[in-house]
Amino acid sequence: MDMLKTVIRLALRGLLAYKARSLLTMLGIIIGIGAVIVMISVGRGANASIQKQINDLGANMLMVYAGSSKQGGVRGGYGSKPTLRARDAQAIARECPAVSEVTHITLQTAQVVAGEKNWNTTVYGTTASYPVVRDWLIKEGEFLTDQHLRSASNVAVLGATVVQNLFQPGETVVGRKIRIRNVPFTIIGVLAPKGSDPRGKDQDNTLFVPYTTFSRKLHGRRLPGVVHVICLSARSKLLVNEAKREVEELLRQKHRIPPGAEDDFSVRALDEYAQMADKTMDIMTILLTSVAAISLVVGGIGIMNIMLVSVTERTREIGIRMAVGARERDVLIQFLTEAMTMSVLGGIFGTLLGVGAAKVIGMVTGWMSPIDVDAILLATLFSAGVGVFFGYYPARQASRMDLIEALRYE
Amino acid sequence: MTVPVIRFEGVTRIYPMEGETVEALRGIDLEIQRGEFMAIMGPSGSGKSTMMHIAGLLDTLTQGSYELEGEDVSSLSKNQRADIRNRRIGFIFQSFNLLARCSALENVELPMLYHRPGVMDRRERAMAALEAVGMADRAHHLPRQLSGGQQQRMAVARALVNRPALILADEPTGNLDTRTGREIIKLLGSLHEQGITVVLVTHDPEIGRSVRRRIVLRDGLMETDEVG
Repeated sequence: MDMLKTVIRLALRGLLAYKARSLLTMLGIIIGIGAVIVMISVGRGANASIQKQINDLGANMLMVYAGSSKQGGVRGGYGSKPTLRARDAQAIARECPAVSEVTHITLQTAQVVAGEKNWNTTVYGTTASYPVVRDWLIKEGEFLTDQHLRSASNVAVLGATVVQNLFQPGETVVGRKIRIRNVPFTIIGVLAPKGSDPRGKDQDNTLFVPYTTFSRKLHGRRLPGVVHVICLSARSKLLVNEAKREVEELLRQKHRIPPGAEDDFSVRALDEYAQMADKTMDIMTILLTSVAAISLVVGGIGIMNIMLVSVTERTREIGIRMAVGARERDVLIQFLTEAMTMSVLGGIFGTLLGVGAAKVIGMVTGWMSPIDVDAILLATLFSAGVGVFFGYYPARQASRMDLIEALRYE
Repeated sequence: MTVPVIRFEGVTRIYPMEGETVEALRGIDLEIQRGEFMAIMGPSGSGKSTMMHIAGLLDTLTQGSYELEGEDVSSLSKNQRADIRNRRIGFIFQSFNLLARCSALENVELPMLYHRPGVMDRRERAMAALEAVGMADRAHHLPRQLSGGQQQRMAVARALVNRPALILADEPTGNLDTRTGREIIKLLGSLHEQGITVVLVTHDPEIGRSVRRRIVLRDGLMETDEVG
């Protein structure tokens, strides 16, 4: 222990004696470890931000899309065939115990006019429980009620982006009149801003009306009771799969789909998005980690190179040490310690650099970039490992040196 | 009868050199008793440095046998030889052979770093050794801040610090002026008076005359061995 302390002290003194050389040698490790730290923390930050966006869509939410149409051999996308109806949503609410709330939407883009301003947005025909399923707060006024639905009232609730584009800041919005496709509506509420969804679509650029009003007065195709998407939330995160199964069973039965035939709808849980995001993240992590690993190997080779030079330069010193009683192992340990000191110091500088860079990136992107203790620990261990691995060969050269020749070395 | 510190019997050392072999030592018989002060002399190439290296277990012999304090050390492993050098032999070299980046104190501590089991009072003992060579006030100087004579004193302190039975000095005055050289010889003489066996290699006849016994080597053979 005592000897190790002395050896480390001497190693540090040696590094300080050649500051520029030591720093350049450590640079590979510094960059490698810095990159690892940045990658881990930014990766986790990005992932956390994606997960948060997904969660913001609504807690434990499931979406039921209408099936794809088939004309000749050409298949349309999800929702291209009008197979979902409002009564399907009502049946789910009644018969699926794992489901807590159900709503459905029918949507269409439309030009909206308020006074002298106009704006193109997506109009949603939906039900009273939509904000509950989506976990969406009302900022002013109220959302659509069952009363509005029953009487197919001309009332609308606006998203933040729509308000921004149709009214002056600070203007009272609730109670004002707008025209959607020339049909007059009264604004009864404004939603709190929700931001972009995981695909980057602005969720606040929307406007909500009762689906009954939507299908009677706005929808061109006039297919009574047809809806585009049914949204529902499971009672808990654990019941998401259970809810999915129940809904699939119920809809197959209601749509009279024989066993073995293809569903005319599809149920997607939001955690599928989350898993997809995770997978993308994993691939990125593997990619970036291999880049970091390459840089660590290059850094290690740099250390090996300098250690070999150092062993040659210090041949005389090695001879002296051996003459006064250093055994092979003592010399080996000394040079290994020096290589490790260099790589661990590089690791520490790299960690500081990485933490700093991650903070800056976090500030610029607005991601929370957590700096994990385990990442730092891993980096330190890794750099020590690089030191041992690449320091071993030079250290062995030193320990195998011929004593008499070493003492004569000029 | 006392056991000699060094006992050579037919010690031969052959070096392979560019296809040929060089016989540096060709069968040396020699006994050095405890407490002797002795010089090995001879022209360059006579084998005196080789003899010193073999006596100091820095080098191995090709033929013959070597007993150090009664123990056969002719065929020890590298590590065993390192241990013996560390505990029982002190070295003084012509070119001092100090660690340039270490202070006088650290240089003197160096052999204790490899002493097993570890010495607890390392600093104290190093200071005592520096004191013994009159260098206590230079303990924290680096070698390059000291004169040649002072550096050699440092080396003597390092040779002394593990309390060896034998001190081997290879041309200890070779890099020093005459006056400083004499002081170093005087210092070695005082170690001899304390009962340490001192063997030095020199080609300076004046130094040869100042010790009690001298042997002269020529072409790897012992030419003379005279006392007085």
